Amino acid sequence: MFAYYLDLAARSLKRNKVLTALMVLAIAVGIGASMTTLTVMHLLSCDPLPTRSGTLFFPQVDPNPYPDGPSLPYDMMDYRSAVDLWSAHRADRQALIAHGQLKLTAPQVNLPPLMAQVLSTTSEFFPMFDVPFRYGHGWSAQDDASRARVAVISADLNNKLFNGADSVGRTLRLKDSDVRIVGVLDAWRPSPQFYDVAGGRFDDGQTGDFYGRTEDVFLPLNSSSDINPVGFNFFTCWSMPQSDATLQTSPCVWMTLWVQLDSPAKVRSYRQFVADYAALQKSAGRFARADNTQLRSLMGWLDFNHVVPSDVRLQMWVAFAFLLICLFNTVGLLLAKFLRRSGEIGVRRALGASRAAIMAQCLFEAGLIGLLGGIGGLLLTLLGLWLVRRQPVAYADLVHLDTAMFLATFALAIAASLLAGLLPAIRASRMAPGLQLKMT
Amino acid sequence: MQIRPVLSALRKHRVATVLIAMEIALACAVLCNACFLIANRVQQIRIHSGVDERALAAIKLTGFDEKDGVDLNARVLSGLATIPGMRSVSVINAVPFGGSPNNAGITTDAAGKQFAGVVNFYTGGPGSFTALGLRLIAGRAPQDDDYQPVVHFVPDDALVWVSQSLAEHAWPGVDPIGKEFWVGRPHFRVAGVVANLARPSPGEGGPSTIEWSVFVPSQPGAHFAGTYLLRASPEELSRVLRDARAAIAKIAPDAVLETATSQSVASLRETFFQQDRTMAGILLGVIAAMLLVTALGIVGLASFWVQQRRRQIGIRRALGATRGDILGYFQTENFLIVTFGIVLGMLLAFALNLLLMTHYELPRLPLYYLPIGALILWGLGQLAVLGPALRAAAVPPVVATRSV
Repeated sequence: MFAYYLDLAARSLKRNKVLTALMVLAIAVGIGASMTTLTVMHLLSCDPLPTRSGTLFFPQVDPNPYPDGPSLPYDMMDYRSAVDLWSAHRADRQALIAHGQLKLTAPQVNLPPLMAQVLSTTSEFFPMFDVPFRYGHGWSAQDDASRARVAVISADLNNKLFNGADSVGRTLRLKDSDVRIVGVLDAWRPSPQFYDVAGGRFDDGQTGDFYGRTEDVFLPLNSSSDINPVGFNFFTCWSMPQSDATLQTSPCVWMTLWVQLDSPAKVRSYRQFVADYAALQKSAGRFARADNTQLRSLMGWLDFNHVVPSDVRLQMWVAFAFLLICLFNTVGLLLAKFLRRSGEIGVRRALGASRAAIMAQCLFEAGLIGLLGGIGGLLLTLLGLWLVRRQPVAYADLVHLDTAMFLATFALAIAASLLAGLLPAIRASRMAPGLQLKMT
Repeated sequence: MQIRPVLSALRKHRVATVLIAMEIALACAVLCNACFLIANRVQQIRIHSGVDERALAAIKLTGFDEKDGVDLNARVLSGLATIPGMRSVSVINAVPFGGSPNNAGITTDAAGKQFAGVVNFYTGGPGSFTALGLRLIAGRAPQDDDYQPVVHFVPDDALVWVSQSLAEHAWPGVDPIGKEFWVGRPHFRVAGVVANLARPSPGEGGPSTIEWSVFVPSQPGAHFAGTYLLRASPEELSRVLRDARAAIAKIAPDAVLETATSQSVASLRETFFQQDRTMAGILLGVIAAMLLVTALGIVGLASFWVQQRRRQIGIRRALGATRGDILGYFQTENFLIVTFGIVLGMLLAFALNLLLMTHYELPRLPLYYLPIGALILWGLGQLAVLGPALRAAAVPPVVATRSV
């Protein structure tokens, strides 16, 4: 039966090559466009830490002393709130994060100085985010406290400075200070780079930079502020800083805190802890609002920041609208094709073929078109992804077709063409055998 | 041409008619909205920065100590000025499209109650106002003693020049000259209005705030150093910039040149809008592919109908219908189907626009897009049906006498 229908379908498709080519092309182009955009969307909206994300949380408080500030808490925290929450050690793990740039040179490496992106953090950053190491390891809580001059560097920087060799124990010069490398990261490319996400709601959908590469250098926060006390980026300030204020005492938010909470009970109690802290600060006169606290989960925080660039979403919707138009087109053409064969179908029905058999035959033909369209669509998807990779966007190097998306291409193509073939197939199978025979 | 018989014939092919009409409706909705999106992007890409882009370039240095700022400024200003073809070098904090904006919320009263939006502050050293080529439309140009030392990120009490767009937003309908505003304690008084001045990252606060910029004449110093505005004739600019970048290695070996920002303003603009251009290109491609697919669908179905009706066409021809009548019949038929589609498509276009408005910062679809979209689809339909219709018209009357 299978082979017979396949043969019939192939014969029928060969009979009108132009029409067949048209249908296959329409499906292929529609699938190619949809799968390209869907793959990018899939890569950009997936979980950056699938094994851990459920236990990672992002606390926020509102340190604004004026009651008429923004209704939502700032995306970052001031130094005092962040350090207070961190040093309480009420979570299973916790890490402070601040960003900055420092001039970097490496003794005995003949390269001009470069501005390194520096992530200043605390020791539990590495185990909490399950960061893979190529050489060495992270630093200890002892190093945090003793302001040790140690650093972890990215695989990219290690390749650039030391050609990928084991550089543990070597020295880097950051601004005017020497630090000793204790660890080199393995290739680590969380997508998005979730621990840097903040302020997405102010980006007007242009959030492609959240998918960038990791920082070059990771330093203990205390050591980093010793090396360059003014070397941090701030997010915003609720009032104008005094000209002699350090970031630590300024009315600015510039630090984030990530915590790991291993059970729902711990999440509840941490939420309470943050609320209590805010209440205490309000009664001390430091905060205006005690109720403006948040404890978002990692995925919740990414959603809140609309991390998927709005253009990527828009491209996906445009591609699906286009696929829908291609489908309507295929329905129309298949209808024309099947009805043109009404004589042939009449003969088959008169010779005893059931309606189901006619319908199966028609759907088989539609499915074959889908399969051919899927192959074309796959090639066009690969072409489309190649074009995306050539775009100057931060996520360009992440874009590839994985197995799931490879299979999805064919599933979508065949499903789409079967859907397109269903109506014409029903119409064809409903034809009365006698009527068609009389005319011939 | 009589419409009645065409309509009753279409009633016999309800499914196919509805299919084509639906396809046209979808195409109409996507066409109108995609064109509108493209127009929006193009409008953004073509914004007026207000500066002489073709004659300007920026040099940005980082990695130096704040205490060395004064010395660095002196070395760079004198060092770069000797490059042949350099018209002027001045200290500035940022250039349009170069990023690193200096944003702050302003209030139009000292108490900080009348919030007037988040605006960008350009601080510019002596010579930068002229070098930028800002067009003054009210007030006077900055004079030598207007350049105040930078205390916070701007001078504490300064005369400022605002863009026309910001003036109209903050003081609608009144003369902005002499008006005051505050950022907390620091106080500013408007001394002039310039025609245009885009933010360093235009569009980040939404399309309506692209030109909410303030120019503050500032004295270079420890807190205001590292970014320089170069001006040369457009023909010489790329060579001058190349020389300047090479000279920096000798002038300021202690600093790091930020290559991404140390570009001509024209190429910074090019990079800044790269994404929008790509998006406009993709949308244009989709429109073209969509129209092609729709046209091919019409050709396919019309060819089938012509084939199916060969006998009837022959009979009509034998009964005296001219070739023009047959041609007209198929064209009217297509016109009617496309019209059904367009009526439905206009409703869909509006629904789609409402959806886009809620998810993207997009204004309402202007009404004139609908007739333009309709005209394009009518034209497309007529063009697509012409081939099959001509084949129909070529059917000889003698077909009527054949049995099959």
